[in-house]
Amino acid sequence: MSKLADQGSLLPANTESADVQAIEVHNLKKSYAFKPVLRNLSLTLPHGQRMALLGANGTGKTTLLRILVGLSKAGSGTVAINGWDSRYALQEIRQSIGFVAHQPYLYEELTVLENLLFFGQLYAVPRARERAMVLLERVGMARRVNERVRALSRGQVQRVAWARALLHQPSLLLLDEPETGLDQDGSVLIDTLLAEYAAHGGSILFTTHQLERALALSDQVVIINGGKVVYQHETVDLTLTDLRQTYQGIYGGKQV
Amino acid sequence: MRMTRVFCLQIWAILWKDIRYELRSKQTWLGMGMFALLVLVIFNFTFDLHPDTVAAIAPGALWVAFIFASLLGLGRTVAAEREQTSLDRLLLTPVDRKAIYLAKLLGNLLFIGVVEIVALPVFAILFNLPIWQGSTLLTLILIVILGALGIASVGTLFSVLAAATQARELLLPILVFPLVVPVVISAVRATSVVLVPSVNEPPWLSLLLAFDVIFLSASTLLFQYVIED
Amino acid sequence: MALAKQISQTTDGHVVGGQRLARRRWPLVSVILGVLTALTMSLSIWLIFVYTPIDALQGETQRILYFHVPTAWAGMLSFVIMAGLGIIYLFKPDERLDWLARASAEVGVVFLTITLILGATWGKPIWGAWWVWDARLTATLILWFMYVGYLMLRSYMGRTVESARGGAVIGIIGAIDVPIIYLSVNWWRGQHPVTQIGTQGALPPQAVLTIMVALVAFTLLYAFMMVQAYQLQRLQTLAQRLRIQVE
Repeated sequence: MSKLADQGSLLPANTESADVQAIEVHNLKKSYAFKPVLRNLSLTLPHGQRMALLGANGTGKTTLLRILVGLSKAGSGTVAINGWDSRYALQEIRQSIGFVAHQPYLYEELTVLENLLFFGQLYAVPRARERAMVLLERVGMARRVNERVRALSRGQVQRVAWARALLHQPSLLLLDEPETGLDQDGSVLIDTLLAEYAAHGGSILFTTHQLERALALSDQVVIINGGKVVYQHETVDLTLTDLRQTYQGIYGGKQV
Repeated sequence: MRMTRVFCLQIWAILWKDIRYELRSKQTWLGMGMFALLVLVIFNFTFDLHPDTVAAIAPGALWVAFIFASLLGLGRTVAAEREQTSLDRLLLTPVDRKAIYLAKLLGNLLFIGVVEIVALPVFAILFNLPIWQGSTLLTLILIVILGALGIASVGTLFSVLAAATQARELLLPILVFPLVVPVVISAVRATSVVLVPSVNEPPWLSLLLAFDVIFLSASTLLFQYVIED
Repeated sequence: MALAKQISQTTDGHVVGGQRLARRRWPLVSVILGVLTALTMSLSIWLIFVYTPIDALQGETQRILYFHVPTAWAGMLSFVIMAGLGIIYLFKPDERLDWLARASAEVGVVFLTITLILGATWGKPIWGAWWVWDARLTATLILWFMYVGYLMLRSYMGRTVESARGGAVIGIIGAIDVPIIYLSVNWWRGQHPVTQIGTQGALPPQAVLTIMVALVAFTLLYAFMMVQAYQLQRLQTLAQRLRIQVE
């Protein structure tokens, strides 16, 4: 925490008021090539909370995240992020979300710093260079700033992607299986980052396959299946055994 | 006011990123330039140029070379974006979609324009054309830039569409060639009027400008529909 | 059909397929249009080959024009309809609009191909050349290329929302472009003498009647084919949807 001077703060000073929901999804439907992926999905994430999204592959987790960040359009239903309706205020939504996914969303031929400066310009981040350096320091990439992304390992790229996602001080983090591709140090690092981000009042929605992590890192656990929310529970009074049983009950004998 | 400034800054950021990208992989530049030159050389043989026919054929030869060369370059910017994570990297950010279009257009225009302006003197030398007076040269450069703008404005729009298919290289010319016919006609005629002044010609340069404005505004407005999912 | 029914039951109503949708749409409209087309087309063929007098200069060749003009009209009408549907689609995305636009393109390209062939057949004896680069011909040819580009893009992109939107964009840009092409070719041809198309001067009243009836007949034919092509588009989409459900 001490390293985080004003410039390195993970959150903007003026976070949205607490009575606005970070995510509010109502009856969301989406099909790809006529195949329904999301069917009447409704979900609410209160401001400042962390939510873990569980579900087997192909149940619509990634699609949901793509709609939330504005990369896909909702088929029907409504999506609101921090009170912004996705039909009218997509730009405001994009400005307030940080997104880490399987793809790093970085430019391979540019150096680490060039990437961050480029995204800094697109997000209109003030004093982007200082902020980029502080964040790169945080993710342990400060010594690699002038290397091209192409030359980095998978885990290092993922770290830079984290810096990119936090660059514009988003008030909501969307993470699609953030632990993939990271080594032990990396996992510890993002856990610290997440804890700190949440402590500053940021809201987090992340998907994962690891039930332990879901339980440890979230306030709420949500399981989706067939494009719908089939289970939702606070983590305070939830044990790993219960969660595992529920999960296996939903997905049959599939290995978790 | 602030919106405009941010808009321009975003265009500049994307454009500058593309330029750096392009400078790091020089193949396209060289390829386009070599292609344009080769077409000029081929034309020299196919038409067996004489001093009295050269003025009639040269503008056509020049523009055929330019059009093919620019189509080679057009798929490139967006294809590069599509390659890895598609345009998502840009679409993720709160950048105005018009800014993305204009930046891609300026990038294409710059690459095409540079290749053409380098090819122009070579063309004049190979075909032995008198273009070296100040006003003639300036008008020619203006025509070249306006012609490239017309082709690039439609081409940038459709390269995104074509890039979404398997048959990118095939589809792009099929979509773009028919649409840019007015630009091609006016650019070729304007060029030949510069080389061999003639009376009773319509104001080709102004027409070219008008076509550019029409294509540019239509494409800018329609671009958001071809990129968003 | 049994399969479709079964599927729509198994997936709790989420399948949009099933017997109801596979049924032919507007059967009455289709029949009426078909009958009307057959009647007017027979009448117009009688008018063209029996009723109307032969032009003194052009001879038998003139009869080609009675087919050429209506097919050209239908070919261009369908482009306008395609572009119009494209504009509506961008504001109000509805797959039915897109089916209609694509049907229009498919029908239109057939009409326009016939137009070009008939035009060339007429031009050879009258102008002494299969093809002349005059504004009308050039614009028609470019229009034909746009149709082909549109259909190629649509078939490469598959039945997706992006494909529909891309098609709409091509239609709109094309509709803006065609008049510009016409004008610019006209200016380009400015100083060159253009062979005048033979319909200059007063036509005999019989010829006017014949061409009017032919226009009506071909417009009806266009409408009839549109309904069929639309139905085909709908069923293809439906079939694809069901196939995905089965997998």
